[in-house]
Amino acid sequence: MKCNRLVDAGRRQFLRGGLVATAGAAAGTMMPERAEAQSALARVSYPANRLANIADLTENEPLDVAYPDERSPGVLLKLGQAVEGGVGPDGDIVGYSVLCPHKGWFLIYNSDDRSFNCPGHYSRFDAEAGGQQIWGHATNNLPQFVLRVDGEGEIYAEGVDELIFGRLSNTL
Amino acid sequence: MTYKRQVDRLPIIPADATVHNSVCHYCIVGCGYKTYTWPMNKQGGTAPDENIFGVDLSQQQPQDSNAWYAPSMYNVVRQNGQDVHMVIKPDQDCVVNSGLASVRGARMAENHPSDVTGTQGHRLTDPLVWRYGTYNPTSWDDALDLVARVTARIVVENGEDDLVVSMFDHGGSGGGYENTWGTGKLYFESMKIKNVRIHNRPAYNSEVHATRDMGVSELNNAYEDAQLADTLVAWGCNPLECQTNYFLNHWIPNLQGMSSSRKAELIPDEDHPRARIIFIDPRRTVSINAAEQAAGADNVLHLPINSGTDLALANAIFTYVADQGWVDTDFIESHTKAEAEPRPALFPARGETDAEPGHLTSFQDALDANRMSIEEAAQLCGVPAEDIVTAAEWIAMPKENGARRRTMIGYEKGVIWNNDNYRTNGAIVNISLATGNIGRLGGGCVRMGGHQEGYVRPSAAHVGRPATYVDQLLISGNGGVHHVWDCNQYRTTLNATEFKRIYNRRTNMVKEAMDAAAGATREEQVEAIVNAIRQGGLFTVDVDIIHNEMGQRAHVVLPGAQTGEMNLTSMNGERRMRLAERYMDPPGRSRPDCLIAAGIAQHMERVLREMGEDDYADQFTGYDWETEEDAFMDGYHRNAHNGELVTYDRLRALGTNGFQEPAQRLEGETIVGTPRLYADGNFSSEDGRARFMAGPWRGLATPGKEEERARYPFLINNGRSNLNWQNWYLDQENDFVTDRWPYPFIEMHPDDMEARGLGAGDLVEVHNDNGATQAMVYPTETARPGETFMLFGAPRGVQGNIVGSGTNELIIPVYKQTWADIRKISDRPSVADGISFKSKEFRF
Repeated sequence: MKCNRLVDAGRRQFLRGGLVATAGAAAGTMMPERAEAQSALARVSYPANRLANIADLTENEPLDVAYPDERSPGVLLKLGQAVEGGVGPDGDIVGYSVLCPHKGWFLIYNSDDRSFNCPGHYSRFDAEAGGQQIWGHATNNLPQFVLRVDGEGEIYAEGVDELIFGRLSNTL
Repeated sequence: MTYKRQVDRLPIIPADATVHNSVCHYCIVGCGYKTYTWPMNKQGGTAPDENIFGVDLSQQQPQDSNAWYAPSMYNVVRQNGQDVHMVIKPDQDCVVNSGLASVRGARMAENHPSDVTGTQGHRLTDPLVWRYGTYNPTSWDDALDLVARVTARIVVENGEDDLVVSMFDHGGSGGGYENTWGTGKLYFESMKIKNVRIHNRPAYNSEVHATRDMGVSELNNAYEDAQLADTLVAWGCNPLECQTNYFLNHWIPNLQGMSSSRKAELIPDEDHPRARIIFIDPRRTVSINAAEQAAGADNVLHLPINSGTDLALANAIFTYVADQGWVDTDFIESHTKAEAEPRPALFPARGETDAEPGHLTSFQDALDANRMSIEEAAQLCGVPAEDIVTAAEWIAMPKENGARRRTMIGYEKGVIWNNDNYRTNGAIVNISLATGNIGRLGGGCVRMGGHQEGYVRPSAAHVGRPATYVDQLLISGNGGVHHVWDCNQYRTTLNATEFKRIYNRRTNMVKEAMDAAAGATREEQVEAIVNAIRQGGLFTVDVDIIHNEMGQRAHVVLPGAQTGEMNLTSMNGERRMRLAERYMDPPGRSRPDCLIAAGIAQHMERVLREMGEDDYADQFTGYDWETEEDAFMDGYHRNAHNGELVTYDRLRALGTNGFQEPAQRLEGETIVGTPRLYADGNFSSEDGRARFMAGPWRGLATPGKEEERARYPFLINNGRSNLNWQNWYLDQENDFVTDRWPYPFIEMHPDDMEARGLGAGDLVEVHNDNGATQAMVYPTETARPGETFMLFGAPRGVQGNIVGSGTNELIIPVYKQTWADIRKISDRPSVADGISFKSKEFRF
């Protein structure tokens, strides 16, 4: 029940802040003006979860992880060269959900061209281009984890930039 | 940097949300969707009794779950004057798509205008009139009065041939039976407009005259036939990208062996070997790759023929199949024309007239005329002879138990927009007729189709055949008034460089005259416009949902509504008719096209009476429609075959599955349709017998193409991608789309890129004698050197700019056969930074 309440609270916040232009329509006319000025969280609050240590990663070999919870499978990848959104000393570590944002099939990583491929309907996503759908049926690019690396090489995930398949809130 | 919506939760559809039947309005497949709307101040919850799905949404939902929707499927729209939440998601109970969404249809929600979320802010909301040197919003009455006064003057004084019309004739989107009837009634009943063209070609004609002349309607099978066929043939089509869920939900299961139980159930007394598929296409497409994954490479045959040689290939297969005795003799004797017709005098070079570029005749006569050896075809087509034999075997060699092979052929723009369209179309149908594969389970010889259909109009016989080449008529200075309905010839016509140059000049003449008459009375303004027309100017009225390039040349712009903003009926590629219900208000004061046509008619009637033309004015009566349903009842209900059985209420009850046209009868209130045509062997000809087509190979038949091929180093093959719908009229404002394709891509082999000093993403100019355009280089290992493929209809690079004016006898353009040179314009522009240039083919 606690979980449900959190989700519902988050959803209301979405309505107020997630769509910036909704303020008038969604915030409701009952709210006093001062209340509108209060900050509302536009997005869900993400846990900062340790996923792995840099030492656990081998270049171009996906490491299975889960984020924001154990029911949301993903991978960490060390690509060997800096990419947009990459973290770590080489700017080359990225993390993605591996559920295809079309129909939720498990994506398969192809190390030859560093792409995620969906065996269900042939969509594919570029691990080196922010999870951009190279070709396919999904209407969002692959959800990417917001990562942070601390001084010990510990890799933390602290957010996700797209809606993960199978959940109407990234945190359940 | 890759576009991310940064949306990490969505409002939950409450259990009591309003549900509307919806049909994707993009491609011909017409996938079923459900649209859910609910008030802004309500929301569902995660508990099963709090949401429409009845499931616990606090849990991760499994693969293929129905209880999930993407951010692109959500929006806030206006409904009956109130903002509401809206989700448009694929319908798992629709037999067409079984819950699959394409990358087009899954964006329907965010491709509606929303004042709240800011989507599609470019939609037109009010009529616009060119006034004070720019476009100004005004009332319907003001705009329609100007339209009617100028139009009436010209048709009365110059005749109806000076009114030129470009109008859609499709279903889906802004089309549908309601709107084709509205426009059709205006131009073919109230008037007899002869100088008329369709949205994607420069004349008012069929793209598939040949199959119709043979007595075989082009949408003759059911989608289920693709699950039942022994062999599928994709001829000049790319179904994974262009008919996505038809391919994924009906072809792929057959190729995977998943439809075997259905085959055993419906066809119990035959062997059902593993399905095979043949692709005939100069290019290796993603469809071929997907088929290899599904069926195994051994069951996939790709014939990468030389551009425009399809006729030679079809005639060789036809000849070989007949010589092997693999034809269906009983079918030929019972259901096709028995006696040969005398050959036309100029045959084989020409048909009887330009209106009949082939010769309709008997099986034996066609076989004699079309005879083509495997070896000769191999030479012409540039593919191995043994592969052509394999294709013939897969199409027609009897199965092990002696049963005839069930083969379905689907063809589309690779045949239609190509060399000798008429004869090639006929030659493909010959194969299906000879093997008895029309009207049969697992058979069919069908267009794959682009958009849905929705055609019921008064007779267009007065247009004639061959029809007027309207673009050339406009280019040569003819016509005085141009009414444009949802067409953008700036992006989707041939010879576009010249067309735009002339069109800009002629419409500017009228704009300048209007500017010079600023402050004048309406009568004086009309006089100024008519004078400009007499000097060679063109007065343009543009009806559309956005202010596109045609609209920017127009003098009056009228805002239309599209699917979901009005009730709309259409049929898909298996003639499946549905009512796509209205779920939101059209933006601003925009209206359904049928009601705009009615408004023009009513103003024409009024103005003509003022002019003392009472008899003519009387022709513009009968438009007292309050709603689109009134137009449907006036049009489809009264005029379609068995249309009197079809009403909105009956369609609504049939949901997203509808019925397959034509309606046969009612069972209670339920319409019973027709799954496949010609199941009784009675074809669409006077005697009920189909015709074969005598049409031998005659080289590149389009004027100018042979010279162009000799002169330029690159074939600029072209077509669609799955991501972009038509000319991007909505996609151009969709960030997900423009992030992927900021420019149209041109697929090039790496060796060709190296030879021209090009890198991935470089901007290039593609140029020839016809004009020039631009594209972004996409390295493609599977492209053949010297053969490129460019995305068609894109806003930032119009392929039609470099297509010559030559057409076939029936004024069908030959976009696919374009040759040009390529030069670098610049290094990769910043908008293309960070995008992927990897292969589009799925790889394990």
